[in-house]
Amino acid sequence: MDLGALFGNYNNFLDFTVGGLVFGAIYALIALGYTMVYGVLQLINFAHSEVVMYGTFAVAWTFVFFHGTGDASWSLGRALPILLVAVVAAMLMSGGIALLVERFAYRPLINRNAPKLIALISAIGASFALAEAMGLRDKFAKWFHLNEKLANYTSSPGSSGKAMGQARDVYSNPVSIQPHGLFHIGGYEVTDVDLLVIVAALVMMFALDSFVRRTKFGRGIRAVAQDPESAALMGVNSTRVVQVTFLVGGLMAGVAATLYMIKIGSTRQDAGFILGVKAFTAAVMGGIGNLRGALLGGLLLGVMENWGSAVFGSEWKDVVAFVLLVLILLVRPSGLLGEALGKARA
Amino acid sequence: MSTPSVSTAPESAQVRLGPMQRLGLWWDGVIDRFNALPRPSKVLLVTFFAVLVYALPLLRPPIITTDRIDFGGVMFACAAYALIALGLNIVIGYAGLLDLGYIGFYATGAYTTGVLTSYHWHWPFFLALPVAIGVTMLTGVILGAPTLRVRGDYLAIVTLGFGEIIRICVKNIGWLGASAGIKNINHPNSIGPAPKPPFDPGGLFAIPRLQWNGLVPSLDREHETHFLVFGARDAIPYYWLLLTALILVFLGDRLVKASRVGRAWEATREDEDAAELMGVPTFKYKLMAFALGAAIGGLSGAFYASSQSGYISPDSFLLPTSFLFVAAVIVGGSGNRWGAMVGGVLVAYIPERFRDFADYRLLVFGLALTTLAILRPEGLLPPRRTRRVKMLAAEIDELEGEGVVDG
Amino acid sequence: MIRSKKSLRGLAALVGVAALTLSACGSSNNDNKSTSGDSGSKSALCGKNLAFLGALTGSAGALGQNMVNGINLALKDYNAKNASCKVSLKTFDSQGSPDKAPALATQIINDDSIFGLIGPGFSGESLATGKTFFEAGLPSISPSATNVTITQQGWTTWHRVIGNDDAQGAADAKYLTSTAGAKKVYVIDDGQDYSKGLAGKVKSSLGSAAIGSDQITVGQTDMSAVVTKVKASGADAVFYGGYYTEAGLLAKQLRQGGFTGKFMSGDGAEDPNFVKVAGAQAANGALLSAPAGPAPSGFGATGLYATQAYDATNIFLAALKDGAKDSEAINKFIGSYTGDGASGPIAFDSHGDIKQSTIYVYKVANGTLDVDHPEAIK
Repeated sequence: MDLGALFGNYNNFLDFTVGGLVFGAIYALIALGYTMVYGVLQLINFAHSEVVMYGTFAVAWTFVFFHGTGDASWSLGRALPILLVAVVAAMLMSGGIALLVERFAYRPLINRNAPKLIALISAIGASFALAEAMGLRDKFAKWFHLNEKLANYTSSPGSSGKAMGQARDVYSNPVSIQPHGLFHIGGYEVTDVDLLVIVAALVMMFALDSFVRRTKFGRGIRAVAQDPESAALMGVNSTRVVQVTFLVGGLMAGVAATLYMIKIGSTRQDAGFILGVKAFTAAVMGGIGNLRGALLGGLLLGVMENWGSAVFGSEWKDVVAFVLLVLILLVRPSGLLGEALGKARA
Repeated sequence: MSTPSVSTAPESAQVRLGPMQRLGLWWDGVIDRFNALPRPSKVLLVTFFAVLVYALPLLRPPIITTDRIDFGGVMFACAAYALIALGLNIVIGYAGLLDLGYIGFYATGAYTTGVLTSYHWHWPFFLALPVAIGVTMLTGVILGAPTLRVRGDYLAIVTLGFGEIIRICVKNIGWLGASAGIKNINHPNSIGPAPKPPFDPGGLFAIPRLQWNGLVPSLDREHETHFLVFGARDAIPYYWLLLTALILVFLGDRLVKASRVGRAWEATREDEDAAELMGVPTFKYKLMAFALGAAIGGLSGAFYASSQSGYISPDSFLLPTSFLFVAAVIVGGSGNRWGAMVGGVLVAYIPERFRDFADYRLLVFGLALTTLAILRPEGLLPPRRTRRVKMLAAEIDELEGEGVVDG
Repeated sequence: MIRSKKSLRGLAALVGVAALTLSACGSSNNDNKSTSGDSGSKSALCGKNLAFLGALTGSAGALGQNMVNGINLALKDYNAKNASCKVSLKTFDSQGSPDKAPALATQIINDDSIFGLIGPGFSGESLATGKTFFEAGLPSISPSATNVTITQQGWTTWHRVIGNDDAQGAADAKYLTSTAGAKKVYVIDDGQDYSKGLAGKVKSSLGSAAIGSDQITVGQTDMSAVVTKVKASGADAVFYGGYYTEAGLLAKQLRQGGFTGKFMSGDGAEDPNFVKVAGAQAANGALLSAPAGPAPSGFGATGLYATQAYDATNIFLAALKDGAKDSEAINKFIGSYTGDGASGPIAFDSHGDIKQSTIYVYKVANGTLDVDHPEAIK
């Protein structure tokens, strides 16, 4: 246990903390998806992790489509045009997968008022199936005799233009986005990528918050979250509300996926799983069903993971995260900010 | 609250039944007819089926046997999963606690056995077994005490976290073997002369297997199971041992469920506040369910550790397996011990049976899970109570004319 | 109507299950071509099978596929030249997990048509199945399991064509301090058995030159904490024990974080995918060691461990050609085999380890991993 590693040097402390905030912002965006579905349906949407994963592939594919497979190293500004297309593609992809999951894995069960546990199993099955489908995409391409044309999309693009590796292997964005320093806090240099991630997360959260508080759909969501039967009696189409909830969660996931690909640059068909577990933990920490709680939980989780790595060693990172979760729930059983989606707002 | 007399004969209710409901009713009928038999017939029937299950890996029936992976090994895995499902059924099905980190208990039992028999001491297996169960039970109590006060869905993520904490601990702590794992774990003691590889298989006598050519059986004298040798070549003796443990736990489960403890669990699961008001100390009984479930998980883990390979590593206790356990219980029928066992057997068996699908195995498995969940939400063999409630609901729907609530 | 939908669904479910079961009824094993005729001079092993046990699906599936590609390449060459005595491959997918391996091992030893095993792929599976194969007397050659303790168990049928972690670790440490001139090395691994073995050996060989260590997790993508620790320690070199995905991410984030020292890793990272993941800019200058020399030009199978699997297969085929008739003879042949494989010179010591294992350092330059001109560590 090495507290000096974290608190001894101011620059290191900033380094650990800002790094944690940046990745925590990505957790927060993914957590929003979990928290919204839980707030409305009291269901843990296990398939959300695959929704994010498909978004990351959409980003990589967009770059391969526009740039080709040659290796490149760009600044954020230079990559911006393709990035804008990529974020739209990711949102479409993630939103689409989210709607698919809602339609086939959840709606039949919701309509029959099935116990929550069975919806969990349905989601777990959907999660396995989606992840495997991505891992088998080269076989699917072969069925349609498209494996040659789509070679760069099914496996890691090779530097000579030929595809190498397999669909189950890591898939990288050929364009690496290099961060540039913008300004200094103390001795620590804040980069443009860091700023983009944090600002994007905040903007999306405020957008979502406004959506839920001010639009008609948002009111419908809050109504169904508070009391589904009364909402139905008041004429709210609950199927539509559920669809919108999943869709919005998917859109958030698409943005998260884009930011993730900017920062990390590679993905795999099982990349969603770990992100999903962490994001769900963050959502619970902040108060499941609470949008601001998801943001707080995500940022907190990111920072504590880094602090935990600094003090105990990176191998104990996850233990720190879960112990923190238990401690929070012991003191505040509904999470830090409590559940709020269904509560009336002034 | 007594349920109105819903007879099991479908003609009296005007409900048309789907095939799955007919399956449930048929199973009910089977159990009723069995209960109506005179005592000696019952004993005979039970013994016959027990012998059949014990002999299954030797009989290797044509459609059921797996030809790409050793059938005895698969049966061992099926029995292990059935035992785990029984234990998890107590936690999820009886007490209503969603536990997503059950694999932590499995790992605790396995690692306790490993440490006692191989890594630091050299106890014989049957001495280490009760200690492993005890340690796991203690772990269950330590985990349960702070977390059982938390709400249902939060409990899921907290138990998931604990499962991961246990795995990460065994992976990082050198005293527990770290990432290299623990090898040379003691097998259960063999009966009869010990084997001397490579030519002397040991044991008291040899039991041949059956091999099938189409539908024609013949004795396979070349691949025999030696009684009773717990070695590295044959999984069948381990299967027999585990099956015996499974039967004992099953009987114990019946006793506990029928007792006051079982009733307290049912009350807690259905409506915790009402149970508290009626004077049931819900927290104490929830903790008991947790501890009992943990003990069974530890038992299964101990058997796993001392099985054919004699080797355990942190990679054997990954999180997705925990989800598989929960899926086994719920798909099989949460709250019904037969359902849980069937679920466990299916979850262990189906991926191995369809190895020919190779690459698509996990995809098909995921799709099958979702499909089964949608088509049969109450599980394959739900507890009788659930079936009665569903029949009643279907009756009411019928009487009300599809029961659509007009706005 | 609700009810007819229900029964229709139920019926569909039953039909589906029946279809699945029936379709799997007539399932057959992999190709099991047998030869025609049996002239007395042909080996008794003609028409029989070699087996592969390893990860073909799951997160480590890519590595197993590489090995199978190498095996199939060797078999293809051989079968083309020996049409009257063909050998085929039966694969057994363990998904890289030591759980499934024992049952698969029992299946393999009970299959009389299998005369040799190439594998198991990973150290965990090897430890879980070594005793089973040993007691059955089935010879095996692993292309990739590098844990040092496997060959200390007394399993005389177990061999490997790859240098173990001790050899590679010591050589890598030597290279870092002497050739690369590093004075302060930060050692990182991913907690897996192979990685800890390699990184641990590097650390102990470095002695006081190792100024810090950390352990990440497989699947971890955010390395910011480790990067900060490395920078804070003032290290001028980083050694990573693990596989190419995490190695690439680590290299990328180190460079983006401003680290300018040397980056070195072992054979798990020696794969073109490392460059893809890290991006050319970050990957340039990386040093990746491997206990195998460059593949011969025109070698048809790419990827980590393909050449080792190719060599392992050829040793079995050489045993067949030499006239070995049963497991004992094959095992003896393997024990006394010397030859040059695609991965380097091969001869086994009495424990099953490869005798001579030169460690080569492959370098990344101009955005490509140079697989043809590595530097041998003396």
